[in-house]
Amino acid sequence: MYEYDWSSIPGALPYLWEGMKVSLEITFVAIVAGIVWGTLLAMMRLSNLGPLSWFAAGYVNLFRSVPLVMVLLWFFLIVPQFLRAVLGLDPTTDTRLASAMVGFALFEAAYYSEIIRAGIQSVPKGQVAAAYALGMTYGQAMRLVILPQAFRNMVPLLLTQAIILFQDTSLVYVSALADFFGAAYKVGERDGRLVELLLFAGAVYFVICYSASYVVKRLHQGNGS
Amino acid sequence: MISIKNVSKWYGAFQVLKDCSTEIQKGEVVVVCGPSGSGKSTLIKCVNALEPFQQGDIVVNGISVADAKTNLPRLRARVGMVFQHFELFPHMTITENLTIAQTKVLGRSKEEATQKGLKLLDRVGLKAHADKYPGQLSGGQQQRVAIARALSMDPICMLFDEPTSALDPEMINEVLDVMVELAHEGMTMMVVTHEMGFARKVAHRVIFMDQGRIVEDAKKEEFFGTPRSERAQLFLSKILHH
Repeated sequence: MYEYDWSSIPGALPYLWEGMKVSLEITFVAIVAGIVWGTLLAMMRLSNLGPLSWFAAGYVNLFRSVPLVMVLLWFFLIVPQFLRAVLGLDPTTDTRLASAMVGFALFEAAYYSEIIRAGIQSVPKGQVAAAYALGMTYGQAMRLVILPQAFRNMVPLLLTQAIILFQDTSLVYVSALADFFGAAYKVGERDGRLVELLLFAGAVYFVICYSASYVVKRLHQGNGS
Repeated sequence: MISIKNVSKWYGAFQVLKDCSTEIQKGEVVVVCGPSGSGKSTLIKCVNALEPFQQGDIVVNGISVADAKTNLPRLRARVGMVFQHFELFPHMTITENLTIAQTKVLGRSKEEATQKGLKLLDRVGLKAHADKYPGQLSGGQQQRVAIARALSMDPICMLFDEPTSALDPEMINEVLDVMVELAHEGMTMMVVTHEMGFARKVAHRVIFMDQGRIVEDAKKEEFFGTPRSERAQLFLSKILHH
């Protein structure tokens, strides 16, 4: 019978918190960059200019058809070399965090762009006509009239995607980057208490994501009424 | 003021507008009517280039709509338009609806725009609703705000695309009253509507469209007296006998 021993967790909490900060950092950067880039992709996809629309469609389909873990690996291999070549960085500089952020942002943008595209299309066509009729340019109509309404409709979906993203950040373990999951794994291996640490990490992910989903659900109900 | 010259438009192989031509003088009120699907809404949307057309030209205040070099946003800013479904911006208060284009398109200061917006809101009898959102107003009230919004841009002419057809019957008159007042002030107006009472009261001319063609373009008295085309007679007999 396996004897559970949780004693290594309290002492490891500061280290685990450092890991959590990495996870949150990656999540935050990927959400912000993903939404910005995703909005641009969605606007390209909906534009009448063939090449822009094809590029956006190709991008979205590519990233949605490749496993995230593979995208991350590509970026761990490519981005450091790229950064070294462009910025003349020392080969020993740790670029894993930057690579992870870039990889997640580009990957998430593909998903965000589909949510945002649906959001833009959910705004009635008459609203665009009204904006144009008042003399607004395409950019003004988008910024002042369409996107604010689209984002309002999309908030629950965007937050749900953010929760999935937070869970997915654990995949950075492929680069041995110490995010929350990676930190828990390392502590577990060091102390020979992998089972306890992974159970604990799972419980933390569960509490955070479940609470966040609950908030999203409440928000959604608030919107619907 | 508005000169429509031989305009034709196709959706794929289907021709929605067939060689439409007419003139609207400054200060003139022209009602466009006809059965649904006759192309009247499409025609009025061509006037401010919300709908493109393949042949012909429309010249508004000396500016060609079809010319690729025309700055369309600038042209549209001077042409007021009122839609069937109001199209107020639901995420903005009534005041913001009235000021957004004034500040962002015309570059007016916020104070000036607000002052102008509230004055127009008062004119359509809705001053008390300035801080509400469109969703809190009735259809008739929303349409009156939409008219005020269009007027806030100091338009040289106004286009109305079936402004009362989405309204409950008891709200139609409050909107028509505002439009009648506007007509009496000498505003140039092109109005797509089935409200023949409005046409009788203020229109100078009536245009009757059928199957994408302008079938009749006559002075009001002539149109209601003795419409020449059979289609127009039939149409009038159908909508006037109720």
